[in-house]
Amino acid sequence: MLLFRKEIMIAKQSIKFLVVLFILTASFAVFANGGDHENQHAEGNQIDTQEEINEYIAHHLKDSHDFHFYTNNATGSHFGFPLPVIVWTSEGLKTFMSSEFHHDDAGHVIVEKDGVKLTKIHSKIYELEAGAHEVTLDDHHHATNAHKVLDFSITKSVFGMLLAGLLMLLGFGALARGYKKGHVPTGIGRFLEPLVIYVRDEIAKPNIGEKKYRKFMGFLLTVFFFIWILNLLGLTPLGFNVTGQIAVTVCLAIFTMLIYMFSGSKDFWAHTLWMPGVPVLLRPILAVIELVGFVLIKPFSLLVRLFANMTAGHFVVMSLIALMITMKEAFGPVASTGMSLVLALFISVIEILVAFLQAFIFTMLSSLFIGMAVEEHEHH
Amino acid sequence: MDQLLNDFSPGLFFMQAIILIILILLMRKFAWKPILSSLQDREDGIKNALESAENAKLEMQNLQADNDRLLKEARAEREAMLKEARELKDKMIDDAKTEAQEQANKMIAQAQASIESEKKAAMAELKSQVAGISLEIAEKVVRTELSNKDKQLQLVESMLEDKQLN
Amino acid sequence: MYNLIGAGLIVIGGGIGLGQIGGKAMEGIARQPEAAGKIQTAMIIIGALLEGLAFGALILGK
Repeated sequence: MLLFRKEIMIAKQSIKFLVVLFILTASFAVFANGGDHENQHAEGNQIDTQEEINEYIAHHLKDSHDFHFYTNNATGSHFGFPLPVIVWTSEGLKTFMSSEFHHDDAGHVIVEKDGVKLTKIHSKIYELEAGAHEVTLDDHHHATNAHKVLDFSITKSVFGMLLAGLLMLLGFGALARGYKKGHVPTGIGRFLEPLVIYVRDEIAKPNIGEKKYRKFMGFLLTVFFFIWILNLLGLTPLGFNVTGQIAVTVCLAIFTMLIYMFSGSKDFWAHTLWMPGVPVLLRPILAVIELVGFVLIKPFSLLVRLFANMTAGHFVVMSLIALMITMKEAFGPVASTGMSLVLALFISVIEILVAFLQAFIFTMLSSLFIGMAVEEHEHH
Repeated sequence: MDQLLNDFSPGLFFMQAIILIILILLMRKFAWKPILSSLQDREDGIKNALESAENAKLEMQNLQADNDRLLKEARAEREAMLKEARELKDKMIDDAKTEAQEQANKMIAQAQASIESEKKAAMAELKSQVAGISLEIAEKVVRTELSNKDKQLQLVESMLEDKQLN
Repeated sequence: MYNLIGAGLIVIGGGIGLGQIGGKAMEGIARQPEAAGKIQTAMIIIGALLEGLAFGALILGK
């Protein structure tokens, strides 16, 4: 009887969750813009040539200032929702909603705020130089009379990070509160607790060492779940590509680098800067190599790995979905759709594995580097 | 590389750094610390419980060993007591037997002694009676013999002869 | 054009390396199945390091 009641409660909770999710998405999706937007493509908004597909994929891989789910070609209306734009211009901080750009991404729409003219080209916001009225582009699509501004907008990636952070706080907060009631977690905690134990026992303890691992658990656990959740969010149709943004991975890698550089033991610095047991003349050269390795190469490999894996994953999945269009001529609509569905499903399953693997490897290598830095050598 | 550098957004970097720092701090405070300490507590609890179970088992074994030892001792004691009792019994029986024997012997000896003394007394009486009777007989014989001279001489001669023969 | 040739070379090199790592790890696991977990972790780490190298080269060449 008790079990039954519990199940009803869980069912009620999940129904509540679904309702909230539905209301959220519905209210966002209501935002539609049928205004005087400029067509980006000559023949309506249909994406049907190789170039347009490539451009679409490239656009997806970049950050964007709004959510864009679907465009109705007949009415020319977009479904999605805008996000706030916060930019630091020559005239100070300016905020407005991205809907003011009317989905333009080629520098045609110019937003004027207190004398500052702003436009958006390839998901970057540019400020027009004084006196200019429209953007002139050179052969490489670089603006000649505008410069980039510092963009603190709540972009899609920032939104994704906030979402991931919120999910983490809710999930793990619930797990933490659950321990006050009893020793065994309930609900979502049952799923999350083994993951925490996994990170602690399989990643942190073996690499950093039994004695010192505790200090770094906050960073490692946060980074692991942050990357994992963001990777998984990237596989949803919402179109996040947060961990495929170079700025995000650079930031994560710099955090790791700062942590292991600042927690380096005396032995670590002695071995890095003045390697014992090596001819004295070689020591400065080794010191340079080691320093470059720790400051540049290791963080670089960390950030590039995550970035390239996620970008490549998104690229492959979208390309396989695009097979539906590119192969239509050769195989007919049914065969091309079936092929692209099967292949995209297959790669998506692999991407779920990669999402975990990349989070694991980032955390693993971070703890490995931290372990190298905090290790104390036994003197013989 | 150029394209990457072009794609690098300092604003996004900044936002990411802020969000990550805040997230790490919040998660540390509200999630990781309580979770990790509870896990630690639970593991310690399990470890302690296992240890105490092990201890209890050891104690149980010790108790069992004690019991066994006590039982063995008790059994040995009983054995010893029984043995002692048996010995005592045997001894008592032996003692009784020997005493009885002695008593019997004594009685037999007494009886023999009294028989002997009775016998001696009887003998003595017999002797004295025999002597009296003999004397009487001798008196009567002598009286009759001495009444006749020849016979007296004859007697003497026969006695002498006996002597010579000797 | 040269970029693409370079990328192809990188992929060939990385592929050979990953193949070596994977193959040797398999051999190791087949020889000592009880050490499978440790071998797997080490394999993933080395694979990740190689991957980082290859990706780094790809990105620098792009």
